[in-house]
Amino acid sequence: MKYLVYGLIVALAVLHQDWWNWDDSETLVGGIMPIGLAYHAGVSVAAAILWAAAVRFCWPAGVDEVEALSVEDSSSV
Amino acid sequence: MTPLLIIVAYLALLLILGVVSSRFFKGTAADYFLASRGIGSFLLVMSLFGTTMTAFALIGASGESFAVGIGVYGMMASWAGIIHSACFFLVGIKLWSFGKRYGYTTQIQYFRDRFESDGLGLLLFPILVGLVIPYLLIGVMGAGVTIEKVTAGALPSLFAGSGSGPTGVAPGAIPYWLGSAVICLVVMIYVFFAGVRGTAWANAFQTIVFILLGIVTFTVISDKLGGAMNATAMVQAENPHILRRTVRADDSLTRYHGMEKSYDKKLATWEEKPADQRGAKPRKPHKPRGIGKMQFLSYLFIPLSVGMFPHLFQHWLTAKSAKSFRLAVIVHPLLIMLVWVPCVMLGAWATSAYVSGKPVVPPGFSNPNAVLGEMVADLTSHALSGLLTAGILAAIMSSLDSQFLCLGSIFTNDIVGHYMEKDRLSDRQKVMIGRAFVVVIVLVTYLLAQTRPGGVFTLGVWCFSGFASLFPLVFASVYWRGTTKMGAYACVLTTAGMWIYLFAQSGYGANREYLVGGMMPVAVMTAASTVALVVVSWITSPPSNATIAKFFTNPPELSTHAKPELELAG
Repeated sequence: MKYLVYGLIVALAVLHQDWWNWDDSETLVGGIMPIGLAYHAGVSVAAAILWAAAVRFCWPAGVDEVEALSVEDSSSV
Repeated sequence: MTPLLIIVAYLALLLILGVVSSRFFKGTAADYFLASRGIGSFLLVMSLFGTTMTAFALIGASGESFAVGIGVYGMMASWAGIIHSACFFLVGIKLWSFGKRYGYTTQIQYFRDRFESDGLGLLLFPILVGLVIPYLLIGVMGAGVTIEKVTAGALPSLFAGSGSGPTGVAPGAIPYWLGSAVICLVVMIYVFFAGVRGTAWANAFQTIVFILLGIVTFTVISDKLGGAMNATAMVQAENPHILRRTVRADDSLTRYHGMEKSYDKKLATWEEKPADQRGAKPRKPHKPRGIGKMQFLSYLFIPLSVGMFPHLFQHWLTAKSAKSFRLAVIVHPLLIMLVWVPCVMLGAWATSAYVSGKPVVPPGFSNPNAVLGEMVADLTSHALSGLLTAGILAAIMSSLDSQFLCLGSIFTNDIVGHYMEKDRLSDRQKVMIGRAFVVVIVLVTYLLAQTRPGGVFTLGVWCFSGFASLFPLVFASVYWRGTTKMGAYACVLTTAGMWIYLFAQSGYGANREYLVGGMMPVAVMTAASTVALVVVSWITSPPSNATIAKFFTNPPELSTHAKPELELAG
């Protein structure tokens, strides 16, 4: 699952290069947003969904245990 | 007068917030610089978002959309949504865990420890500080320009104004020097008294303010333009290239032709004057040429800068737990979208908007960064104009505060604290030194901002490019145990060398369209710094086993948690 999530994030980065919308100023989403902008707003939404999946399935090992540690801050010595 | 009163009230609210948050200050350096590592999910989201969104987002986004078109969203915002969250998730959480385990306060402490090198810290110090200063300038300059624009006519008995046309100062407007001074002073006061907790609270408040007011601005202006559909239709008719990333031979280019006419007039007037009275020669407008595919792609490197921002590092370390990062990783792209989409649309509409037969932004208007202020002042009520200006200032100040504090922290911990015997500095003295540095940095930034170097966006791109080119260093330090001290030096020196060379090649930022092989300079700089880091690390001695164990072993297996200064090998 971890590799699938990272793979999808890479795929999103590839799909970011939307050459098919490059020369399109005629298509408007809702009669307001040019397709080149609406598409990239969609990329932002997809990024949020995929990073939510990463938080669920790719959470780094060992970091949660750190919370229990008490450490003397270098700034307080 | 109404906008001015609202701005003053907003700034007073911020000061009150700073005073209230300072009541929670525990008096220790750890609390001043890191809020005792106790910031939860919500405040962390707001801190990180408020810090990464600057004048760049509101003023720069609308300005670039006005100048180049809606492609700016894909270049800057949607890439940022993917890459910023990647930095938080892949780098931020790891660095937070190192900070918690080994007691770091600054980035330089971490790098000194990770690479067993005191000298690397000394090398990084001027580079990081030098790159943050332009970023600070973006905010201070943006604030000064915005206040000057919106307060036109407010105090005619005090300020007579100067000049005429788009670059003139209207009578009664709070002049740039005063507006930027007030913003610097307000931020300095709450940072001075409340430290990073104050910046986190202020950022949360200001982030909510600028998101809400951004949406309100969008709604009100679209209504004034006869609705969003009508506003977009005007762009399709007059300047359709703004709605795509190409320029066609049959495009009407109404704005460009208007700028050409205005330029011809200005040039004729300039040439008629005696040589000693001419001033700067008017600049010929560039014909729109669209956005190249490689240029668009290479913008992906710029948001990598977030991984190396020292002020972001400091905010990461304030997190209460690794779990505190979860919300930030997920919602950051959505918050970017909420802020950028309205700004980009407003910038696009500004190119072609007419009200009662008159263009909202005159054809001779030559400062894209002032477009948002122009639209707000011309199309909304005085009250809303003041509120919206407060929103813009909120975006600006929510970055400035973290940067001022971060530089104070670097000077205190990495220079004074590091090179003095520890016992000679009490906790209280460290806080006082940090505060003194904050005051000095604010003053220096303010004075530099009065020279108005370059454009806001251009400055930002170069600053971000420098940080982004250092990203391979932080990424490799976290994930590649074979990264060596010499590899780190090679990465930093290559970045510095490439940055200076390319910045000079661009006419020190004057050529805003400077590309290398069709790509943003940051792409070349990042590639070069990566190659230098990898190649030199391969051929030089790896770090000690103790260091590798320290950074590549999970905490339960660690038996000691030594502090960074004690571990330095020199």
